[in-house]
Amino acid sequence: MHAIFLTILLSPLVGAIGAGVFGRWLGRTGSHRITIASVAVSAALSAYVFYLYVFAGAESYNATIYTWMISDGIRFEAGFLVDRLTATMMLVVTFVSLMVHINTIGYMEHEEGYERFFSYISLFTFSMLSLVMANNFLQLFFGWEAVGLVSYLLIGFYFKRESANQASLKAFLVNRVGDFGFLLGIALVVGYFGTLDYAEFFDGLAAHAGTSVMFGDTAIHMLTLMTMLLFVGAMGKSAQMPLHVWLPESMEGPTPISALIHAATMVTAGIFMVARLSPAYELAEGTLTFILLTGAFTALLMGLLGIVQTDIKRVVAYSTLSQLGYMVAALGVSAYAAGMFHVLTHAFFKALLFLAAGSVIIAMHHDQDIRNMGGLAKKMPITYAALLIGSLALIGFPGFSGFYSKDGILMAISEADSVAAQLAFVMLLVGVFVTAFYSFRMFFIVFHGKESDYVRTHDIHESPWVVTLPLIALAIPAVFFGGLFVEPILFGDMFADAITVAPEHNVLAKVAEHGTSALDMLLHGLMALPTWLALAGVALAWFLYIKRPELAPVLAQRFAGVHATLRHAYGFDRFNDIVFVQGTRRIGEFCSRVTDSKMIDGWVVNGTANAIAFLAAKGRYAQTGYLYHYAFVMIFSLMGLLAWALW
Amino acid sequence: MDMMLQVLAPELLILIAAMTLLVGDTFWGHRHKALTFQLTLASIVVTALVILASFSTTSVQLFNGAFIRDGVADVLKLSMLFMTFFAFLFARDYLVQRNIERGEYYVLGLLSLLGMMVLASSYDMVTLFMGLEIMSLALYAMIAMQKDSGFAIESAMKYFVLGAMATGLLLYGMTLVYGNVGSLQFATIYQTLATTEQSLVLSLGLVFILVGLAFKFGAAPFHNWVPDVYHGSPTGITLFLSAAPKIAAFALMFRLLIEGLEAALMQWQSILIILAVLSLVVGNVIAIAQTNLKRMLAYSTISHMGFIILGFLTGNVGGYAAAMYYVVIYALMSLGGFAVILALSRKGFEADNIVDLAGLGKRNPVLALVMLVILLSMAGIPPFVGFYAKLVVLTEVVEAGLTWLAVFAVVMSVVGAYYYLRVIKVMYFDQPAAQNAHDADFANASLRYGLILVATLVLMLGILPDGLLTLFNDVMMY
Amino acid sequence: MSEMIQLSDVLLFGAVLFVLSLAGIFLNRKNLIIILMSIELMLLAVNTNLVAFSSFQGNMHGQVFVFFILTVAAAEAAIGLALLVLLFRNKHSINVDDLSEMKG
Repeated sequence: MHAIFLTILLSPLVGAIGAGVFGRWLGRTGSHRITIASVAVSAALSAYVFYLYVFAGAESYNATIYTWMISDGIRFEAGFLVDRLTATMMLVVTFVSLMVHINTIGYMEHEEGYERFFSYISLFTFSMLSLVMANNFLQLFFGWEAVGLVSYLLIGFYFKRESANQASLKAFLVNRVGDFGFLLGIALVVGYFGTLDYAEFFDGLAAHAGTSVMFGDTAIHMLTLMTMLLFVGAMGKSAQMPLHVWLPESMEGPTPISALIHAATMVTAGIFMVARLSPAYELAEGTLTFILLTGAFTALLMGLLGIVQTDIKRVVAYSTLSQLGYMVAALGVSAYAAGMFHVLTHAFFKALLFLAAGSVIIAMHHDQDIRNMGGLAKKMPITYAALLIGSLALIGFPGFSGFYSKDGILMAISEADSVAAQLAFVMLLVGVFVTAFYSFRMFFIVFHGKESDYVRTHDIHESPWVVTLPLIALAIPAVFFGGLFVEPILFGDMFADAITVAPEHNVLAKVAEHGTSALDMLLHGLMALPTWLALAGVALAWFLYIKRPELAPVLAQRFAGVHATLRHAYGFDRFNDIVFVQGTRRIGEFCSRVTDSKMIDGWVVNGTANAIAFLAAKGRYAQTGYLYHYAFVMIFSLMGLLAWALW
Repeated sequence: MDMMLQVLAPELLILIAAMTLLVGDTFWGHRHKALTFQLTLASIVVTALVILASFSTTSVQLFNGAFIRDGVADVLKLSMLFMTFFAFLFARDYLVQRNIERGEYYVLGLLSLLGMMVLASSYDMVTLFMGLEIMSLALYAMIAMQKDSGFAIESAMKYFVLGAMATGLLLYGMTLVYGNVGSLQFATIYQTLATTEQSLVLSLGLVFILVGLAFKFGAAPFHNWVPDVYHGSPTGITLFLSAAPKIAAFALMFRLLIEGLEAALMQWQSILIILAVLSLVVGNVIAIAQTNLKRMLAYSTISHMGFIILGFLTGNVGGYAAAMYYVVIYALMSLGGFAVILALSRKGFEADNIVDLAGLGKRNPVLALVMLVILLSMAGIPPFVGFYAKLVVLTEVVEAGLTWLAVFAVVMSVVGAYYYLRVIKVMYFDQPAAQNAHDADFANASLRYGLILVATLVLMLGILPDGLLTLFNDVMMY
Repeated sequence: MSEMIQLSDVLLFGAVLFVLSLAGIFLNRKNLIIILMSIELMLLAVNTNLVAFSSFQGNMHGQVFVFFILTVAAAEAAIGLALLVLLFRNKHSINVDDLSEMKG
């Protein structure tokens, strides 16, 4: 087992090094061959591991493979914790990554830095795998930072573009804010539990259930504080409000990357982390409520923004934000399994949506504005079908993957009986309607809308097989995955070895009373509100953009204030710009001018440096070169030491 | 008898090799120029293999407890052999260019190595003294091999006079200890001191011994010889001088002070603190004002010796192991640092000024990278092994309750980082002077691959430091 | 009994020799040969100590050690004189003051 896990983890790294370091010699074809082969090895072995764990019932594996160092009794290690949750994540990560690798051949065909790009995505796969396979916080943090770094590199991939540089910087900075919390959380873990190992951490939880941290006279429940800090990290990585601002801008990166990193895998790291640490979160009620509300607000408010976007990728990006909100909200009611289930189905259909959008972008010669599209349905049938399937899965159309996972979340939240949960439930319901509306708004405009001048005058055709093959391969799980796995994941014990839920929080058990099979859910769903809201959203989109397309601009004018608010994304960016960017810049300038250059540089740094340089220059003269001086210094020092010793 | 041969095998092998070469070279020296060189390297490799084959952590004593072979001795000897091997390998071309690559050089080198190995195995004062003198006398002669160089002779003379004086002080201290305890054997001295009151005569002797030890280490204020000798010796010999003999100095201190006089910890600890503090200050501060790279590295050596002394003064096994780790790592880095100077030197041109490195990043990127790794490691910047070595020592110092000293050492290291970084700046950002503007190729393949190996070791040991340290801790425990 | 030589007397003698030799090394600024002689003297002082301790304690270790030291002293003198010859060839002087090309 050990060897298999190592191969899965290291194979993409080998590919990344191969393409990154030797890319010049390997050339374009060589680079994509080596990276695709290495990821394919990983994916195949992951599938085998998935089979072993999910179907053959292998025992969960927890072992350290290397001890880096031991300091103060705290072991710094690398190791694997593989159970059914990990095995599933591994399969999803490697499978989507493989699809994206293949798709990239077509998408990046004419771009510079081809080898570099392949090297990055393989490196990303390695980082993400080390994150999900970790059995300790150190490795989790390593993976966490590594995926952030690669994401930064990839968003800024077109480094000659100013906007790409800005976006990558923004992503990096916003993630730093989250990571700061995350690091503080880990520090608390080390401080109170004296270990970085998950298993030891979980064992220690019971003893610390009531521990408080004192800030002056106020006592704060330690676990609440710790889980909250860790969740701040998750908010950065999984783009929850108000740390979501980087994700829409990350669309500056090439589309395959948006599919892999900013939709399917990296952004779900936060959700995975909370699920993995569920034993701790179960003991922190306050944090759970906070998580629930954060998720619900993100789901609704970010969905609304999708309505006014004109860039095809941004529409999908906002839908990602909103879907992440659903997942986080599920965590907030302890329905970790439901959240993870949505992570999995979402990975497939969102990657599908992005790659389909990428296919459209290729056809449009890298123009991303949906107003320039229209009537593409007949020209690119496979892409059309793929985007349709993806959208249906996204809005939760009965029978598609997204239906099961989203319905699972909604039912779970409806069963929770706090006020916060009721509020969240209403927001998420509205979110369903909004999701359906903006998804099909884009869909109708792009494929059924009036052909724009650009489309009429250019030869637009279906993308090559390297692009469409992954679409087909992703469409299959986007349709069927949910139905096949809903029972074991939501109501069975598929993740039972990884996720702990306190009995009084177990909302999924209550949901199970309505029936546990896929068919039960389907029948229940057909009669329930969410389905009809989704259909209403589709219908409205059809009415506004196909039947009476002239109405949309009129409405936008009538509700100019709302429209403007949405266009400006509630002013988060503006606020950040004025308060944080300019504010810090002012403080920075003050510090640079006064404290730094005068006080610190002038007195402390240069003063010290000058003093030392002076000492050094003078000290040299002690080395006179005369033998008898040296001898004298020795004798004199001997006398000194004798005096010291015999005093 | 068989056991005796087995225990003594490493020393005997080196001795036989030295004697054979001394005689043999006079016969074949002018016909087979490379033969002596090859035989020397071969004998070192064979000796290392013999040690490895019979490596064990149990200790065996010979000659009524005058000679000991244990884990510490074996590890130290292996390190000395490793350093010497590479010192010979790296220096050959340089010495050939200066007409000092003669059979005697290898014979003296091997004899010096023999002395160091005897030192590492010494278990009474006579053996210790003999080992020390075999090593030192050979070194004096090696430095003076460049007979036409005023610098070399001057530094040999300074080293000789001061070294002999330090040996005299050391011996005088040893006689006082002998007079107090009535034995020359470390084991007996250790036991006697542990059970009896300590007298004034002993304290007096201890100070003399410490002065002698400090001189051999090159710790301030007994450091004056270090810059002059490192600077004046032919670089190929500085390379030799700066690596293995420091490990021997460690052996000297360990056997005499720890295995013999550990019970007098209370008396020597405070003196070692003074030595460590002064070494850190002198080494790091005066190095800043240097323009000659060899002198700069000499001062940096002084500061590194401060760190090794820090390990000793903790007075516990972990600290000694940390000091041993540090000295081996230091020797490795020093080997690399001086070898870079060798690689840049040509016939009639010594690349020993810092400005000679200007533009090296462009002229020879591989060499510049090696130097970068070594300098960063010396400065104690992670992930290179120098950082880890410092960390281990400082951890032990803190555990011994001397936090202020650890903080002081860190501050001085920060000061020290300045002059290492300055060299890096020169390498990568300065324009070379006109006569250095050409590309700097490696003189030969062994230097090239040897240096890459050293740099790789410095990096790899930094990333995976535990194996070596665990080994050192294990051998120390016995 | 008071006329008998005490241990402390011999030690004092050794110490005087030792101090004389040290003084010889750092007070003398002219002739390197005097430095070599001082080094010999220093080792003799050490030998005096050893013999004294050995004889007053009644064990032979110290006197054995003396033989080793004498041998080494001879070797040391040989090396010292050889260096002196080389120095004279290079600088045409054996003046201690001339040994100061390297400093700083």
